[in-house]
Amino acid sequence: MSEIVLSDVSKSYGDIVAVESTSLRIGQGELVTFLGPSGCGKTTTLRMIGGFVDVTAGRILVGGRDVTRLPPSKRNMGFVFQSYALFPHMTIAENVAFGLEMRKIAREDITRRVGEALRRVRLQHLADRLPKQLSGGQQQRVALARALVIEPTVLLLDEPLSNLDAKLRHEMKTEIRQLQKSLDLTTIFVTHDQDEALSVSDRLVVMSAGRVEQIGTPRAIFERPASEFVADFMGFANLVPVTLGAGGRGALASGAPVRIEAEGARAGAALLALRAEHLMLLRGAAAEGLNAVSGTVETFTYRGSFIDYPVRLDDGTRLLVRGDSLNPFNPGERDGGLGAGRRGAGAAA
Amino acid sequence: MHSSPSDLVYRLTSGAVIGFIVLPLLVIVWVSFFSNKILSFPPEGYTLDWYVRAFTRDEFREGLLLSLQTALFASAGSLVLGVPASYALARGRFVGRDILTNILLAPMVVPGIVGGAAMYIFYIDVELLSEVQVAGTLPGLFAAHLLVALPWTVRLTTAALIGLDRSISEAAASLGASQVTIFFRIVLPILKPALIASALFAFVASFIDLEKSLFLVGPGRTTLQIAIVSYLEWNLDSTIAAVATVQIALIAALLLITNRYAQLNRAF
Repeated sequence: MSEIVLSDVSKSYGDIVAVESTSLRIGQGELVTFLGPSGCGKTTTLRMIGGFVDVTAGRILVGGRDVTRLPPSKRNMGFVFQSYALFPHMTIAENVAFGLEMRKIAREDITRRVGEALRRVRLQHLADRLPKQLSGGQQQRVALARALVIEPTVLLLDEPLSNLDAKLRHEMKTEIRQLQKSLDLTTIFVTHDQDEALSVSDRLVVMSAGRVEQIGTPRAIFERPASEFVADFMGFANLVPVTLGAGGRGALASGAPVRIEAEGARAGAALLALRAEHLMLLRGAAAEGLNAVSGTVETFTYRGSFIDYPVRLDDGTRLLVRGDSLNPFNPGERDGGLGAGRRGAGAAA
Repeated sequence: MHSSPSDLVYRLTSGAVIGFIVLPLLVIVWVSFFSNKILSFPPEGYTLDWYVRAFTRDEFREGLLLSLQTALFASAGSLVLGVPASYALARGRFVGRDILTNILLAPMVVPGIVGGAAMYIFYIDVELLSEVQVAGTLPGLFAAHLLVALPWTVRLTTAALIGLDRSISEAAASLGASQVTIFFRIVLPILKPALIASALFAFVASFIDLEKSLFLVGPGRTTLQIAIVSYLEWNLDSTIAAVATVQIALIAALLLITNRYAQLNRAF
């Protein structure tokens, strides 16, 4: 068992708070992603777990053992760095063997386990090369093999894909996920890329300015953002003030009624988060009962398979609506209806 | 056909600069073979006599030996002191770090003659207080040359350490290595080229020093540079050119050997 528990962990540098008091439980075999813009505290949190940054307050437990004050060398964690951090003067095999040598494992066992580890990342044919003779993707796989060969209790990945090109990034992402699942390894993945985070994780921890904004499954974070920051970061183009009443009824600033599906949303002032692709432009009067308001198309941006229209509602609110490029609307065109389907998610203000 | 006027200017300027650097060296080597009794142009004939004369004169033989000993000591000593110091300066976060860096580099900035005089006065003061002779002793000379060599080691090693990705050490730590193991198995091997370059520059800096040695060699002792200056005071023949040629050859050989083990051009 190697679940990770953060209990009121925080980090300050003098008066500057890098990570506010954070509590979190990551289950055995779970892959959790820390997601957020640079400077949000995600890497600092990961480095506290790895032991490279001292914890100001709180405790970190791995598999029930308190590791808060242990040096990195005593934590038995696999850490993969953004820059790969391979030892440039050692061959690939020597790089992978290093952690086993530190554990005083017998020569022949080391050779066998290094061979297995390199086969697992399909690099056994490059065992005698130096790191600089390998491509970025290969180097990252060596870093992964080196971290995994020590049979770590947890795997910590600090922006492991950010130095790779788009195609390699996709391959590595899939490879990391497969390895992690087959080894049933508790894993933390740090990234600023929401696509990466959504497709690789069991759960996401969205952070901003040293604070956890929301914890949830990729679907929950993508569809039901809990705060204005998360909505904005996850690509909701429109955040519209709304007054929530009882039973999913609400009203826009203009008083126009809307129906909202949002579990647990409290009545009162809130923000309605709407994705541009979930809004629809309609000509003429909209069907009764649908979430519909009228507005004017201001201009458009042609994006290939779709068109983005900034639309001004009659009450002055501006919305971005994504439309089908086969059925274009013209700037200045007045539309009777602006359908919002039923996917608009209420975000607490 | 392909060269534009600016290209031509560039080539001429480069040629002139390189010539300015290389020609004096070539002239010295050339002059060392002249048979003229005093240094003069044009050559009347060619001879190896000046080399024989240089090696038969005690002050050059002994001077070379003392200079080599001193430079070897300074080079080795500056590594032993300078590498840990650089490690602390590059990796540590402590009060007074910048001041310490400047102090360690100061001997490079202070004019040699001033530094030499200051050390001499300091040695005399120490002698007056402790009644142990320092000025004019070999340890006194070695200590002064350590000072000449140290800034080179600290500068080159610190630069290499700053360029060394910190996460490489962190990776080693997460794999179970202690700080001592990380230093000897990871940091030192990666720094090897910079350390070889440091040792070489420290050696050369000490070897060519004249000013500090002038104040600090004891009676009856001489370094090669002092021997050259004293000889020039009373003689003006090609012996000096022969000694200089030997010195140029020695340092060139050191540079070539070093370059085989460490790409010096990458140390800067």
